[in-house]
Amino acid sequence: MFYREAGDFKTSYRDDSQTFPIGFDRYRYYAVLVLAFAVVPFVIDDYWASAIFVPFLIYAIAAIGLNILVGYCGQLSLGTGGFMAVGAYACYKLMTAFPDLNIVVCILGGGLVTAAVGVLFGLPSLRIKGFYLAVATLAAQFFLVWLFNKVPWFYNYSASGQISAPARSVFGLPVTGPGVEAWAQYMICLVFAVVLAWAARNLTRGTVGRSWMAIRDMDIAAEIIGVNPLKAKLTAFAVSSFYIGIAGALFFAVYLGAVEVGEAFGIQKSFLILFMIIIGGLGSIFGSFAGAAFLVLLPVLLKNVLVGTLGWPTDLTAHVQLMIVGALIIGFLIAEPHGLAQLWRIGKEKLRLWPFPH
Amino acid sequence: MNRMVPPPPTPSHVTEDGRAIGPVLMELRNITLRFGGVVAIKDISFDIREGEIRAIIGPNGAGKSSMLNVISGFYRPTEGEVWFEGARRPPMRPYKVARQGIARTFQNIALFSGMSTLDNIMTGRITRMRSSLLSQALWWGPAEREESAHREAVEKIIDFLEIQHIRKTPVGRLPYGLQKRVELGRALAAEPRLLLLDEPMAGMNVEEKEDMSRFILDVNDEFGTTIVLIEHDMGVVMDLSDRVVVMDYGRKIGDGPPEEVRASKDVIDAYLGVAHD
Ligand SMILES: Nc1ncnc2c1ncn2[C@@H]1O[C@H](COP(=O)(O)OP(=O)(O)O)[C@@H](O)[C@H]1O
Ligand SMILES: [Mg+2]
Repeated sequence: MFYREAGDFKTSYRDDSQTFPIGFDRYRYYAVLVLAFAVVPFVIDDYWASAIFVPFLIYAIAAIGLNILVGYCGQLSLGTGGFMAVGAYACYKLMTAFPDLNIVVCILGGGLVTAAVGVLFGLPSLRIKGFYLAVATLAAQFFLVWLFNKVPWFYNYSASGQISAPARSVFGLPVTGPGVEAWAQYMICLVFAVVLAWAARNLTRGTVGRSWMAIRDMDIAAEIIGVNPLKAKLTAFAVSSFYIGIAGALFFAVYLGAVEVGEAFGIQKSFLILFMIIIGGLGSIFGSFAGAAFLVLLPVLLKNVLVGTLGWPTDLTAHVQLMIVGALIIGFLIAEPHGLAQLWRIGKEKLRLWPFPH
Repeated sequence: MNRMVPPPPTPSHVTEDGRAIGPVLMELRNITLRFGGVVAIKDISFDIREGEIRAIIGPNGAGKSSMLNVISGFYRPTEGEVWFEGARRPPMRPYKVARQGIARTFQNIALFSGMSTLDNIMTGRITRMRSSLLSQALWWGPAEREESAHREAVEKIIDFLEIQHIRKTPVGRLPYGLQKRVELGRALAAEPRLLLLDEPMAGMNVEEKEDMSRFILDVNDEFGTTIVLIEHDMGVVMDLSDRVVVMDYGRKIGDGPPEEVRASKDVIDAYLGVAHD
């Protein structure tokens, strides 16, 4: 009975195009923000941070980035892992080359470098589409991982071939390096995730977002009504890669602390994030969060229930997990391409009319 | 619509209903278009005058849509020249042609099916959007003001076309007739100087056709928009158009006011004879 739009009249176009036109949605959103900023940091411990919250936030950023490219602009990419690696290595090079540079600047720098690399690998999209573009981005994935493995300059000639993040702080609070507090790790990821999600929402509801969707839905008509396809596609690649690069930088510097490129940013990562947006919902910012949450929680849940409670062997559980994810991907692709976000919307629609379904 | 109208040209011709037909806005000179062995357009020349409704008629496959594609820059003519506003137009990408003030609808509806009516029509104003990526990301200052200003213009079009009730509906869910109307709205949103309509009434019932005819006349009347109209229904063409080009097998077989064209023997043989049963 509380979820209503009746009496919620809009008096300006500005109000009408806001993100949560229904008051109730807006309040729930504020409640989540308060919870995330004012409650979670005080109760979070190492396990919750490293098993759930930090990876969830970082994957959500990557998923938003990929969703901009795939879900909004319709350009399929399998190079997400490689682009995350670009963000991580760019961030690492900035951190080590300029030890006085603030870590936030290094992370943003990682994003910017990735945006430039993304545009470069996005250039073929002006000529090729669909399957062929996917193959080109797949080539980018393998090339980038190979590059970071092969050229010692990228890992500062370290003997292990790994990169590891030196200790850095924000406002005197250590966020990278050994012995960082769980809540500090969580907070820096949260701030990035919230700001980036908000910016993505703004972009997708405005001019550039409409030009992306126009290219996705019908590229020829889009060009004939005045969308510059070059600009639309390349901005999508740039913005998408910027997000993915930041996710890669956070994944390396804040979450793992040290990475070996093939292991952390291999092709599996590309697929993982693609699955997140398929399950969460193509063309939805909320769906990017939902998909990331789902695929972060699923293994944790299965491990606790199947291994912890029922005593199944670990490898069997891993197979069960693969089967569940596979079935879900097929299910969503066939039945509900807009993913969890759409199921959520349909649920709300029903609730809005309840108890009078007509 | 607060439209930036250029100073009215000295009328060189006035129709019976008193509308001013101005100087030549576009001229097609000896256009030929070939696809491999197929000659879709064969050495056709005609002009389009400011403020008129110019119809193109002809049987299926005559090359009418191909002609619109040449005008909107989607096809590059094999031979011939396109003159617009007194200058020869060099070959250019369709989005640049759109920026010159040429908008169109398609014979097979080409809406953005995943977007709402409102977003489809807002996209029609893309040629007028200027704010930077960064200010859009921050939804701040210029970007927000621009969005509101364009939204206002788009709401006027929505009112004009009487589609307020489907403003937020994804266009993929709309019935055919309404989709055609939204597509007209998207083209109007650009506030074009030249509007190209490819069979805007095909597949409509009588009532929908009447509505669409009224919209086309109103656009031409109120905003002074020059219109090129491809249409099969001879009654509609007679009612709406100032001058008619008749095409058959890629050639031009008639050009003039509707009554004159209807009386021409070539045209009757090639086309009207068939249409009149
Ligand atoms: N892209 C194309 N490739 C090959 N042939 C085409 C193409 N577009 C149009 N044609 C041919 O040009 C001729 C004219 O088509 P069209 O302009 O669609 O006619 P109309 O709109 O008058 O029905 C037809 O024979 C058609 O097959
Ligand atoms: Mg046609």
